[in-house]
Amino acid sequence: MNEFTIAASVVVFITATLFWRIVLGPSVYNRLLATGAVGTNAIALLAITGFIFERPEMFVDLALTYALLNFIGTVAAAKYLENHPDEVDRTVETP
Amino acid sequence: MNIVGLIVMSVGLFFLGVSSVGLFRLPGFFARVHAVSKSETLGIALVLGGLMIHDGVSLVSFKLALIVVFVAIANPVAAHLLTRAAVRTGILPVSRPPAFASDPNAPPANPNDAARGK
Repeated sequence: MNEFTIAASVVVFITATLFWRIVLGPSVYNRLLATGAVGTNAIALLAITGFIFERPEMFVDLALTYALLNFIGTVAAAKYLENHPDEVDRTVETP
Repeated sequence: MNIVGLIVMSVGLFFLGVSSVGLFRLPGFFARVHAVSKSETLGIALVLGGLMIHDGVSLVSFKLALIVVFVAIANPVAAHLLTRAAVRTGILPVSRPPAFASDPNAPPANPNDAARGK
């Protein structure tokens, strides 16, 4: 139980609250935005996990790869929805 | 060196928490994009910067710096692409807080509300 374990626990808690927005929506864009935020938090979680297990040279490569894949996934979904407006549910958002 | 890295990492965790609260509480998609794109980028840069300070000068620190540079470029670009797709497919911003809705002395309605069928 070192300081990195506490930091990883905080990141996991923050990420768990983001899943509420993924479930609630109310449209596909809010879900995509929250999914991207979860991916960004996962980068920090992977880097901290490397320092927990004292093998950061391996986990940093995983974090770099995950950053690339997260960006490509968000861009691909955004471009698809931009070209297919019929698949967007335009739920009216209430403040 | 150790304490400085931990303090920087704690500040980064605070900013990640701020972005999570913003995504949970703010009204409308565009306000949430504004919360996530800036605060997440600063938070991830500070967390990885704290790890870099903790590790010192090494190959791991260089790769962490690469991640920081990439995220600082890619995260705003991804948020911008999502927002552009939302605008072009007809998502409208939430324009008024609910306190004004029941107020008889409220300012005249926003045209966006009429477009949304309110």
